[in-house]
Amino acid sequence: MNVNKSLLPLVNPLSKDNPVIVQVLGICSALAVTAKLEPALVMTISVTAVLALANVIISLLRNTIPTSIRIIVQLVVVAALVVIVDQVLKAWNYEVSKALSVFIGLIITNCIIMGRLEAFAMTNRPWASFLDGIGNGLGYGIILVIIAFFRELLGSGTLFGCQVIPQWLYDHGYQNNGMMILPPMALITAACIIWVHRARNKDLQE
Amino acid sequence: MENLNLFIRSIFVDNMIFAYFLGMCSFLAVSKNVKTAFGLGVAVSFVLIIALPVTWCINEYILVPGALSWLGEEYADTDLSFLGLIMFISVIAALVQILEMAIEKYSPALYSSLGIFLPLIAVNCAILGAVLFMQQREFTNAWTATVYGAGSGIGWLLAITCLAAIRERLAYSQIPAPLRGIGITFIITGLMGIAFMSFLGIKL
Repeated sequence: MNVNKSLLPLVNPLSKDNPVIVQVLGICSALAVTAKLEPALVMTISVTAVLALANVIISLLRNTIPTSIRIIVQLVVVAALVVIVDQVLKAWNYEVSKALSVFIGLIITNCIIMGRLEAFAMTNRPWASFLDGIGNGLGYGIILVIIAFFRELLGSGTLFGCQVIPQWLYDHGYQNNGMMILPPMALITAACIIWVHRARNKDLQE
Repeated sequence: MENLNLFIRSIFVDNMIFAYFLGMCSFLAVSKNVKTAFGLGVAVSFVLIIALPVTWCINEYILVPGALSWLGEEYADTDLSFLGLIMFISVIAALVQILEMAIEKYSPALYSSLGIFLPLIAVNCAILGAVLFMQQREFTNAWTATVYGAGSGIGWLLAITCLAAIRERLAYSQIPAPLRGIGITFIITGLMGIAFMSFLGIKL
């Protein structure tokens, strides 16, 4: 793929450097909010927003933060951003905010955020960090949406809450796979994605 | 009796890993051999047991609406609950830091065996997750919160030790190349989660 070099931080995380399935970061929330598409999308937007902003802020501060207390500084910046996201979400869509329950708060300890702050924002300029934040947020989002798509389709026969499996299939004995709604299936779906992805990218295999 | 029930439930039924996927990052990264996995599990349980009663008090006496009434009449309707996340994460980070210093002073052996994982516990989602669940479930006293912390911690310890034991054996099995490493670990965790679901409905 030929892409402008300055856009690499944006494009790389989408597939070959994906935060979830390659760097194995941020698994907790990626698996827990994917029983339905809507919370998965909201989660993606929240994480992308927090990640991009935190990256920019830390990148601006990177020369003034003493290394010995950088983790605390990063945590405080991220926590402040997450509080904002949490309050906005409560005001704007209370239902989804209820459904996501503690997982919005857990964005603070989402390893993707800490990982990107440590690995990228501490050493790069704000604009590149911003792109890196958006890229990683979207890379995380892609996986969330794929998992949520299969889990919602197979588990409840709906997409975004609308019925997509036609009624006549049910009349002929089709059953929703209740298993897909249960948390363990998220892991197995994710493993299938990893399987397909690594089968296509041989250099990632161990 | 109620506490015992909560304890057993938080180990098996509401297991941090298998029911909520909390603390997955370190769970996957540190489960390559049983010894380190066990050490990390103990450290996480330890932090949970201390962190939960402390954050329970903070929540009860500072954060919930009207909690500040012990300061005087004029504070009776202050609501600081929006500060929850920042308070909790700072308390956890501080606790981990203090714990690290204490362990280094009193038990250098344990300190060196835990190494880098000790400071990283601050950003382990299992801790913040347990604290947020504690807040959500509105436990009535600090003792219940401690029991919940102990149960979640031991559940996490159990999960990571089991997974590490299985992964040690995996070295000798034939796994399709693309699934090796992280892929098969996901599948095993999923299967273990399904197995743990058989504990659903346990009541003492």
